[in-house]
Amino acid sequence: MGEFEVHRVRFFGLVPAGVRCLAYQPRGGRLALARTDGAVEVYNFAANYFQEKVIPGHEARSVEALCWVTGDRLFGAGLGGEISEYDLSRLCVACSVDGGGGPIWSMAANSSGTQLAIGCEDGSVKLFQVVPGGIQFERNLDRRKGRILCLSWHPSDTHIAAGSIDILRVFDVRSGQTVQRVMVNYHVHKVKRECIVWSIAFLSSGTVVTSDSFGRVQFWDWERGTLLESHTVSTSSVLSLAVSEEEDSIVVGTSTGATYQFQLLPVKMGSLEKRWVRTKPFQHHTHDVRAVAHSSTALISGGLDAQLVIRPLMEKMQKKGYEAALRKFTFPHRRLVSCARKARLLLFQFSQHLELWRLGSTDETGKDGEVLPLCRMPEHLVQLKSKGPEHIYCSCVSPCGSWLAYSTASRFHLYRVRYEGDSISVKKVPKVPKLLLPAYQLQFSADSDHLFVASARGSVHVLQLLEPGGCKHLHSYRPTAECPEAVYLLAVSSDGHWLAAASGDWAIHIYNLKCFKHHCTVPTYDCAVTALAIHPITNNLVIAYSDQQLFEFSIPEKQYTAWSRTVQNQGLHKVWLERDSPITHITFNPKNPSHILLHDIYMFCVLDKSLPLPDNSALLMNQSTLKQLPETARQRQLHAFKICKKFQPLLFADLLDENCLVMVERPIMDFKTQLPLPIQQKKFGT
Amino acid sequence: YLLCASGDFVKMYSVATEETLRVMGGHADLVTGIQLNPHNHMQLYSSSLDGSIKLWDFMDGIPIKTFTVGSKLLALYALASFEDSLFVVIPKSGERDTFQLVSVKLTKAAGQDLEAKELSVVLDGVDASPKRIAFGREGEYVASVKDINLQVYFFKQKQLNRFSVSAAKTKSGNNQFTCVACHPTEDCIATGHADGKIRLWRNFCHKKEYTFSTLHWHHDTVMDLAFSVEGTCLLSGGVESVLVLWRNESDCEKDFLPRLGSAIEYISMASDGALCCTLHTDNRITIINSNLTFAKSIQGLIKSANVKTGLVVDPRTKALVLNGEPGHLQFYSLQSDQQLFSLDIVQRQYIHQAGLNQTDLVKVAFSAQGQWLATVEEREEVTDPELQLKLWFYDEETQSFKLNTRINMPHEDHITDMCFRDMDELEDDSLILVTTGRDCVFKVWVMVEDTDPEAQQSVSWSCDFVGSYHNYQATNCCFSEDGSLLAVSFEETVTVWDSLTWDLKCTFCHPPGKIRNICFGRLMCSKYLIGATDHGFLCCWNLLSCALEWSAHLNVIVLQPDPLSEHIAAVSWLSKESSLFVFKPNEPRPIYIQRNLCREKIQLAAFVPRDEPETVGSEKYLWLRRSQLFFLTDTQELMTLSMKSLQERLTPSSKQLAVEESLPVTPFSLLLGKHRRQRSQENTDLGKMLVPNKCEQDSPAVKELLHTPAHVLPSASFLCPIFIDSLLISKENKSAEEVADEVEMESEKTEDDSDEERDVTEMEQEDASPVELLGEMTCKLSKSQEKELRKIRKMDYSWISAF
Repeated sequence: MGEFEVHRVRFFGLVPAGVRCLAYQPRGGRLALARTDGAVEVYNFAANYFQEKVIPGHEARSVEALCWVTGDRLFGAGLGGEISEYDLSRLCVACSVDGGGGPIWSMAANSSGTQLAIGCEDGSVKLFQVVPGGIQFERNLDRRKGRILCLSWHPSDTHIAAGSIDILRVFDVRSGQTVQRVMVNYHVHKVKRECIVWSIAFLSSGTVVTSDSFGRVQFWDWERGTLLESHTVSTSSVLSLAVSEEEDSIVVGTSTGATYQFQLLPVKMGSLEKRWVRTKPFQHHTHDVRAVAHSSTALISGGLDAQLVIRPLMEKMQKKGYEAALRKFTFPHRRLVSCARKARLLLFQFSQHLELWRLGSTDETGKDGEVLPLCRMPEHLVQLKSKGPEHIYCSCVSPCGSWLAYSTASRFHLYRVRYEGDSISVKKVPKVPKLLLPAYQLQFSADSDHLFVASARGSVHVLQLLEPGGCKHLHSYRPTAECPEAVYLLAVSSDGHWLAAASGDWAIHIYNLKCFKHHCTVPTYDCAVTALAIHPITNNLVIAYSDQQLFEFSIPEKQYTAWSRTVQNQGLHKVWLERDSPITHITFNPKNPSHILLHDIYMFCVLDKSLPLPDNSALLMNQSTLKQLPETARQRQLHAFKICKKFQPLLFADLLDENCLVMVERPIMDFKTQLPLPIQQKKFGT
Repeated sequence: YLLCASGDFVKMYSVATEETLRVMGGHADLVTGIQLNPHNHMQLYSSSLDGSIKLWDFMDGIPIKTFTVGSKLLALYALASFEDSLFVVIPKSGERDTFQLVSVKLTKAAGQDLEAKELSVVLDGVDASPKRIAFGREGEYVASVKDINLQVYFFKQKQLNRFSVSAAKTKSGNNQFTCVACHPTEDCIATGHADGKIRLWRNFCHKKEYTFSTLHWHHDTVMDLAFSVEGTCLLSGGVESVLVLWRNESDCEKDFLPRLGSAIEYISMASDGALCCTLHTDNRITIINSNLTFAKSIQGLIKSANVKTGLVVDPRTKALVLNGEPGHLQFYSLQSDQQLFSLDIVQRQYIHQAGLNQTDLVKVAFSAQGQWLATVEEREEVTDPELQLKLWFYDEETQSFKLNTRINMPHEDHITDMCFRDMDELEDDSLILVTTGRDCVFKVWVMVEDTDPEAQQSVSWSCDFVGSYHNYQATNCCFSEDGSLLAVSFEETVTVWDSLTWDLKCTFCHPPGKIRNICFGRLMCSKYLIGATDHGFLCCWNLLSCALEWSAHLNVIVLQPDPLSEHIAAVSWLSKESSLFVFKPNEPRPIYIQRNLCREKIQLAAFVPRDEPETVGSEKYLWLRRSQLFFLTDTQELMTLSMKSLQERLTPSSKQLAVEESLPVTPFSLLLGKHRRQRSQENTDLGKMLVPNKCEQDSPAVKELLHTPAHVLPSASFLCPIFIDSLLISKENKSAEEVADEVEMESEKTEDDSDEERDVTEMEQEDASPVELLGEMTCKLSKSQEKELRKIRKMDYSWISAF
């Protein structure tokens, strides 16, 4: 590995929003996740749990419940009182309908996907009919006082169970009448304390499962209204509950951050008598587990500590190994930082503002591993607040540092930044061309003359930037075949000749910028693209996929390079393929053309194409052992992957110049301290 | 009744009265398992390391059958669903440290001694500990744990499932299995782990879809688990000395019974579910009601981690006083083999935690009449020890000691010795306490009138004089009998001080070697001062001439003067055996030598005054006339030397001896009060009517023996010569008892397991009576012959007839 001067940046104060609700779609293998700031994300389990789609939040639109209808339509409802349908190809709200019952706390779709039930603040349960292109109000069910916090349909669609405060009710869908009322707190205390039913599930056997604020998971016979079983799992609330499709396993999440699994097990071998038994406890979260989901092979939980945890069930797995490993996701799978290499600026994207920082500098040199004193501290230059309730989709700073662009769902902003000594002035570029919004990715050309805007339906717009502060729409690229999905990754060659764009259907199109035409399409690979970059010298496009495969595609020759074929023939190292997080950024070292610099959340890697690839018997992370070896032995042990895990979690890494790197870290502890305090628990030995 | 395996015997206790009702002996080695016969609740199976299984009628204490299996039996299980077989754990032949669970077919043949050779292996690679195998619901399956593996074998399906927990040693400890228990009605296995977790396994009939839940309260190893009879509750215990009751297998519903004294070793449930009992590492059985309230405890001498106080005799109760529970002083009555009471000295909550330095009691001294008690406690710290000297006054009204004065940091460093001035006739205010410390001084403490009007007591203690000698560490102190002289040893030198003026009178030394023990002679010999050095010399100085009277080369460990005579006992440690020498200071020749006292190192000794002087026939044992000598070895076995005439008592029983071999052991072994490797089991509620019946059947001698204190009765081995005699000259039974000068000693074989246990073993010293009847041969049995005799005794009586 070459030796670099590293800017270790820790002043990116990103606090990921907590997970509010989860909806798992078993057929597509997709998980929809809503965060407390209203952002909705879609994870694709088939594509190695890649965060495929992100719909940024909206101040006025919190999401309290998500559900999939008929497999591919995603609905969300929140305290704003509206039910929204999301357009997953354009990554925005397609339509929204007012629920008419005040804030909506819960929403559930029936098994056939024809009706949606919502539970409202005013105590009403309303039925909506799902029609093509939207939903239609159908009718109200029997209304009583008390907000409906949770809802569940009986799998036969005949009844709905609803949980409220102190009570659970069962409605007959046809008549709309309440057919059963069960007081939940009846058994608890002499002193009556409010018992909140946080979550409910209606099983096909007629059992209603509730989880409540007394830490209990209770099983009720809805017809008789009797308690079948009660399990106290926690001293604090049990906030969430999810049942597997086979109805033999339940996962619950508590406000202490623990999740528990319940299983329906035979009491005796061979006998038919079965009982729910609390089996496995997991403590992956530090804060409230607000949402859980149960896939056929895994327990999924999301907490206010912004973590999404996927815990595969060992007994459902065919074999032990990579598939059965625990996954934790805290940070987004995309880039929130952009870097102006020449000006040594960093632009940080937050949900509703941008921060521009100038890196510090030093004039000293030191040995390997030494921390150099700074002669100039990093400087917070400017903070740009986005106007309006919408959150930022994407942002970028030009390499020269004088242009700044960001986009929200309905607006696109371009700024001209001027530096005059220590003072800085930001001026909005007037009259930006009307584009197809929102922009999903922004990219400046290497000479800062052009701005590329990735847009819906696979199109990319080229804007020419004009001094002293204007711009002009030059051209719009569209793929030859009609593509409904938006472009979410862009890469531009440093000579300004080529542009690569990856869209949501995982196709990569290459455009010629000189003659404004489509050049070629990279052969389709059936996995999500996580990062793209064009080599500055050879104009090879390096592509990282979510299954951790790496490809190198020669743009002038329109085919994969020889090295890429070797990689495919030999296969990548097992340890490399089993990493958890996708490559989020690729860059190159102009001094050393055979080097490719890649990083994900947990490592930074220099890939040296001139060295042989490691086979599975070799140690992938061998930097520390190499250091101890004598020179001759070291030569033999060298392989292409040089991995550094010093910086974690790594949100961004880039090469400023030949021997200067910038690493943006966000230590977990730093952002944990900014979260609200978790429930105080007495820990033994403290 | 509560049945408990103890050493080579099975003891039966009454749950109602805590009394030992019966001791069943007959096994030649450690009893490893006892199980009620599932088909007859009046019968009991016991297994032993000697390779035999015995079936007892425990109401009558008679063995019904003996099955010889052949190899060592390490654990025993009996199941109702297996009509005629038992399960035992035996070592795998040919391999060391591997054990297997086998089922033994019990032959139905008539006769007492049967061979049971029909073995069939059930499980391989099991653990030797009986806690690590459990049989499930109605004998459907058996679960065994070892290290990190759980094996479940289903009898009907003949299917073996193995599960393991991850071997990773996390920071919270390792998760090796320590014990296992099976639910009585459901398919559920509970396992305890070394990191304090309890796992409840279900669905284990599937190889893959098994599942378990975890209960975690214990912070250290779970020692034992037991399900209630209905299976609704699970009991667990560990080193925290807290019994935890888990209801409905839920982590949130648990109850505790804390402060049980010491770590819980075993838990056992009564078959009717009304009682449960826990067995503790400090040699105690606690009986607990099903509503988790303490009911009773069966306890003898409490075993403490380290007897730092030494053996001290309470002048008031004649009880032996030593460390008991951590921070407590136990008063142990030798007469009744019971703990009289336990005095909390430290008065702090004991927290069990590895590596935590606890305040512990290190020194104890009584004033002559037992009016005052001085205690020293210290907490071991690396930099500076935390010391407290406490003085307790005996309150006649409450019949207990009351704290009078507490002195913080009486010395700068550890206190090495402490003594009161023993002057019976003097007034109370002349009472003086001397402490010696490693800070090179000795301090004299006296009582002063309390001037503070608010103080509730009239007197308190304060320092009167500080003496030192050449800045040597003071190691021992001792007052002469009349209290006029104080001897303090400073490393190599003994200094003698006038106790009135605190002038240094003279010094003695015997270089090289530091002084280990000093004491003044008594009565006739009060002009002598005895000292033992760590270079193996015993010296006697004459205080009048200030010269060395005599010295002997002897590596003395313990030097103990008899308070009621001029005799001094010295215990030496040489080449792996302890020897006892008793001498008078005025003559350099010992009056009594007992070599090879025992194999363990004797740590402490004490003379306990007898209530009334014994009549002693032999000149040799004259020194035991007024006091009895007790020893405590470093494995915490308490022993004594005695020289009782046993004739009258034994006459009737010895007749019985001749008749049946196994029976007579019973009354004697009962009295031995052996508390060794114990395994509590089952108690069954039987009609109380049976008890008086039984007593009537006993011969009067047995009855008497039952109510005679343990320490005054001979060991089982004493029976041997009697037995021989009765065989030889059957006519002269009466005189047969006046037998043999026999020094018998029963010291148990070293424990084979890690459990540190203690024996309260008796050493019997019989009267040396005229031996005309038997002739020289019998009475002059050499040591080796004696041993041989003991070995052979049980097997071959024809050998004896050769006499």
